Amino acid sequence: MTTANNLVQGLLLGGLYALFATGLSLMFGVMRLVNLAHGDFAILAAFLALVVVDGTGLHPLLTLAIVVPAMFAVGYLLQRGVLNFTVGGDGLAPVLVTFGLSIILQNVLLELFSADSRGLDAGAIEDTSLALGRLNVGWFPLLTLVTGAAVLAGLQLLLARTRLGRALRATSDDPEAAQLVGVDHRHAFAVATGLAMATVAIAGIFLGIRTTFSPALGPTRLIFAFEAVIIGGLGSLWGTLVGGMVLGVAQTLGAQISPGWGVLTGNLVFLAVLAFRPSGLFGKPVTT
Amino acid sequence: MSIGRPLLDVLGLDAWYGDFQALFDISITVAEGEVVAIIGANGAGKSTLLRTIAGLQPRTAGSVSFDGAALAGVPAHRRVGLGISMVPEGRRIFPSLSVEENLLIGAQARRPGPWTVAAVLELFPMLGDKRRRGGSQLSGGEQQTLAIGRGLMANPRLLLLDEVSLGLAPIVVGRIYQALPAIRAAGASVVVVEQDIGQALGAADRVYCMLEGRVALEGGPAELDRDRIAAAYFGMRA
Repeated sequence: MTTANNLVQGLLLGGLYALFATGLSLMFGVMRLVNLAHGDFAILAAFLALVVVDGTGLHPLLTLAIVVPAMFAVGYLLQRGVLNFTVGGDGLAPVLVTFGLSIILQNVLLELFSADSRGLDAGAIEDTSLALGRLNVGWFPLLTLVTGAAVLAGLQLLLARTRLGRALRATSDDPEAAQLVGVDHRHAFAVATGLAMATVAIAGIFLGIRTTFSPALGPTRLIFAFEAVIIGGLGSLWGTLVGGMVLGVAQTLGAQISPGWGVLTGNLVFLAVLAFRPSGLFGKPVTT
Repeated sequence: MSIGRPLLDVLGLDAWYGDFQALFDISITVAEGEVVAIIGANGAGKSTLLRTIAGLQPRTAGSVSFDGAALAGVPAHRRVGLGISMVPEGRRIFPSLSVEENLLIGAQARRPGPWTVAAVLELFPMLGDKRRRGGSQLSGGEQQTLAIGRGLMANPRLLLLDEVSLGLAPIVVGRIYQALPAIRAAGASVVVVEQDIGQALGAADRVYCMLEGRVALEGGPAELDRDRIAAAYFGMRA
């Protein structure tokens, strides 16, 4: 029974990892840009939510209405003002720039909020659960998974069905040819980063409700996001959800064996996927 | 359509391609309703000229004016909105978009005009039953017609066609050139960059021959005989 319960908890945890990974996957997919500060932006969003909660007394989940648009704007301006100058080279420049951003963000957050661990208090939803036979499924982890799936579905629809999505896919294929049909590639890139930051804001707030956070936590989150993307397969949004779930299950089952083994087991599964199926569970085999 | 006032005016244009100068003091004009061919050997600067007109390549001297207004500082994506549409060399079809989406994205600049998906499919019926397929699943000739269709969806006043016949079977090239009168009748001036001299002379009102980044010869097809073209094309004195 413990194993079944842990399996369910792991699947639900996958929803949180998918939320983290979506933006990373989107930015890489559209711009071939690896954002090493991705996890730090999630923590930034969590602190923003904390400031809003402290200032207004809003419920943490309601701060999404403020923090998500704010992070979209941060992402848009970051891309227009900084990252657009790094795209299109050999791929090293964005890595260096976002690595620097990661350090800057961590230190600014440390300066503003100290190294103390903080949390977002969402009240009753955090510790009530739904009894399914002998399984107990927490409402909040369930909400996280549903939110993760909804964000992925929304993004998928946006990319597949809308004029904006078409422009993003075309820019991803060939930025120069996209200009020739009237797409401003710099604007398209900025919208992609804005969307990525909006999704990572949701991830950061859900993380802040689920557990505590501190300024230095970003890089750990980044690794889990990377692992979810790679396990699921680059370029596959639904693969990202499955990748998050595989990682979540590996971590909870590993922790069942011994508490220290959770993260390790996740990393081992990730390594196994890299070794035996490098394009991920749902990714297309690499052709070029 | 009668040939009218100048639509495109390129004057004294210089452009560099990396470390070497690709265009030297180029001046060409295209009148409203005109079909102009630019011929020349590989590396003569034809594509660089089209890319500079489309705004993909910076110019270092001279000017490009469209409909009387200088285009200096206007980025490529805004030139499409003004009515300059370019079909790039190598087709550059978007592989993650379906055939129909490749056409729809051509209308991204929202210019009104005669060209719609239905009108393009009427011009190129072979695309009709493949509209749901991926753009990269088409044959080379189909991809070229799709690229031209995508360019038309912008409802251009000036359509720039770069190396349309490159790598295609003569029968396919013939079919593409058969579409030119309809494109012109719908109100677009056309510039074709072409290595196939026979094709260019047959389709164009006027021909420019480029050699090593300069205009070596200009005239109507009837005025130009083979020897003069050969001299301008290869840089030999006949």
